[in-house]
Amino acid sequence: MTATELNVLRDSAKAKLTAGSASGPAARIVVGYATCGIAAGAKPVLESLKKELADLGLTNVSVEEVGCIGMCQYEPIVEVYTPGAEKVTYVKMTAGRAARVVSSHIANGKVVAEYTIGAATGEAPEGGVIPLSETAFYKKQRRAALRNCGVINPESLEDYIAMDGYQALAKALTSMQPGDVIQVLKDSGLRGRGGGGFPTGTKWSFTAAQPPGKKYVVCNADEGDPGAFMDRSVLEGDPHSVVEAMALCGFATGSDEGYVYVRAEYPIAVLHLEKAIADARAAGLLGKNILGTDFSFDLHIRLGAGAFVCGEETALMTSIEGNRGEPRPRPPYPAIKGLFGKPTTENNVETFANVPQIILRGAEHFNCVGTEKSKGTKVFALGGKITNTGLVEIPMGTTLREIIEEIGGGIPNGKRFKAAQTGGPSGGCIPEALIDTPVDYDNLSAIGSMMGSGGLIVMDEDNCMVDMARFFLDFTVDESCGKCNPCRIGTKRMMELLEKITEGNATLEDLDKLEELAYHIKENSLCGLGQTAPNPVLANMRHFRDEFVAHVVEKKCRAGVCKALLNYYIIPEKCKGCTACKRVCPVNAITGNVKEPHVINTDLCIKCGACQATCKFGAIIKQ
Amino acid sequence: MVKKVSKLPFRGTPDQAAQLEAVIAEHKSDPSQLMAVMQKAQAIYGYLPYEVQVMIADGMEIPLEKVYGVSTFYAQFALSPAGKYAISVCLGTACYVRGAQAVFDHLQELLGIGPGECTEDGLFSLEACRCIGACGLAPVMMINSEVYGNLTPEKLEGILAKYRD
Repeated sequence: MTATELNVLRDSAKAKLTAGSASGPAARIVVGYATCGIAAGAKPVLESLKKELADLGLTNVSVEEVGCIGMCQYEPIVEVYTPGAEKVTYVKMTAGRAARVVSSHIANGKVVAEYTIGAATGEAPEGGVIPLSETAFYKKQRRAALRNCGVINPESLEDYIAMDGYQALAKALTSMQPGDVIQVLKDSGLRGRGGGGFPTGTKWSFTAAQPPGKKYVVCNADEGDPGAFMDRSVLEGDPHSVVEAMALCGFATGSDEGYVYVRAEYPIAVLHLEKAIADARAAGLLGKNILGTDFSFDLHIRLGAGAFVCGEETALMTSIEGNRGEPRPRPPYPAIKGLFGKPTTENNVETFANVPQIILRGAEHFNCVGTEKSKGTKVFALGGKITNTGLVEIPMGTTLREIIEEIGGGIPNGKRFKAAQTGGPSGGCIPEALIDTPVDYDNLSAIGSMMGSGGLIVMDEDNCMVDMARFFLDFTVDESCGKCNPCRIGTKRMMELLEKITEGNATLEDLDKLEELAYHIKENSLCGLGQTAPNPVLANMRHFRDEFVAHVVEKKCRAGVCKALLNYYIIPEKCKGCTACKRVCPVNAITGNVKEPHVINTDLCIKCGACQATCKFGAIIKQ
Repeated sequence: MVKKVSKLPFRGTPDQAAQLEAVIAEHKSDPSQLMAVMQKAQAIYGYLPYEVQVMIADGMEIPLEKVYGVSTFYAQFALSPAGKYAISVCLGTACYVRGAQAVFDHLQELLGIGPGECTEDGLFSLEACRCIGACGLAPVMMINSEVYGNLTPEKLEGILAKYRD
């Protein structure tokens, strides 16, 4: 294919994708069909849509599987595009609801208002419909990296081309020099979305500056941060954007070969990526003489095998080489000596997904939003104690309060917000006092957390900050590769100190020891995993020191989480003497006669909670 | 993370060996494909016993210690097969104080295997687990996703018999 042919294909593909156009369908129905949608039951919905359309003889309506639409708790989601109308978003679909949407909306033009997003969130007037873009969840979002997710069929090269796909590559190959591409990226201010935040254009320029010869492009798709899934979403919903960006990187840095390192736990992402690479190759968008130019570039996929440390850039390269995924000391940096000892540019999925639009539309298209040093948008995976869980893409500089209260819909069950955790096992908790902090790389670092890959876990008053620190450290202890001592031994010793605190056996000196050890591990570990492992502990000690002190001095866990510090009690006034708790107690710690208040012997009690779960009168409390 | 190495006799078939040889032949020229070969070997055999690791090492001309090093580094590689029925006995506090250890010990006697191992016929594998939240039924165990509560060592034989048929 040549650049001219690409344009012809784009125009025809665009027409085919547009409902009501001469070559397009009368209506276009899309079903969110990423991992989350399928798990929620998208398959029967899809089948029901197809069956109902066939039964009604509506042959000129397309039904497509698309990537993640972003609102996890409303899956399965179906969207309907009809000519001259706003798209309608139906949520929490079932096979029955799908059939009704076809018979009413598609066949008779009557939107089924009660199934739409506005009805589900209560934002639409009774019986009315509002577009998704006007819901609180979407209003403040700006989709750049996720622009095609949930819009196009990820398995269709034609769909991607219809959305101006591969136009950036064509533009670069036909009208730009490699240096121009890098300059545009530098001007855009794009920084690495995997967590480190290193300026992408600068990174590319380091590899480009190496003498000509074998160079590699690597995409880090080993998304290991528990609670973050934006990279999976991009690969499942828009794989060609990563393929195109890697080819652009190859052109800019003088490389002809790339690797995508994907977690084996993402089977659909792998499948879609494999198809994207094969289709691009068949269309002459990868391989020899791309778009009829002198530029050649090809891609391979390598599967991870379940090791968190492989998300670290040097460990990832060691793993691609077929070894134990242990990191290596830097310098030399990968730009000088990376994969197979050759100069290598490595970026993560979300970073790459931003690149084609920047090259195609210019730096200003990207950096018109954001803060002074953090431009563009960032995708966050909202989770934890929050009403709207899902993937959100927001301009840098949006405050945590806007994300949590407006987009996220606040804390459910009338509970009080306590902290937000960003950066996963490398980040830290942000307390309520700092909730008006505009989110960007530098602000988050300044308050002891970090951007990380974009997990954002919200916690309420029922979460114990000592226990959260322990939880994240438990993860790093388990995932430490064992190569360097500070990380291998140090995190283990920190863990023991934290356990001492949660069990009520620690002294105030232990808190000092914990901090001292944390600084040693940060300073002396070999790679990013160890250097950031103490962050959850340090940030929580900084912002919630009173909770640590309460565990140590008063031997109390105010949130009621640390089991060793809790005791179960029966409130005599509420106890009816039904003996249910006495019967379930595995250690016979409860005594009392029928119809008289029972008592728990706290010395015998093993705090299993069986009595509290059994009591029908709410008479058993833990404190 | 310490991995339990299976002591079961290796029971690979010539057909499986032929499949593995084909995989090795395809990737032999590129030692960086070791992990991919091991992933495919695990798909063929269900786990990576010593004998399979030797076949990979010889076939790929990579030292066995390196193959073993990779197999023990990544969580995905299993050195011991899972039984058709995976038994996990809760050794959480509530179960423990109500005699879970005696249950666990007796299961090991009945099955003739230790924790993390699989019986010779491939029917049962055994492991201990943390609290599964059924303290009211303590002591408990799970066989695949079925929960058995209020266990005593005497009850075990009868439960296992249901799965042996």
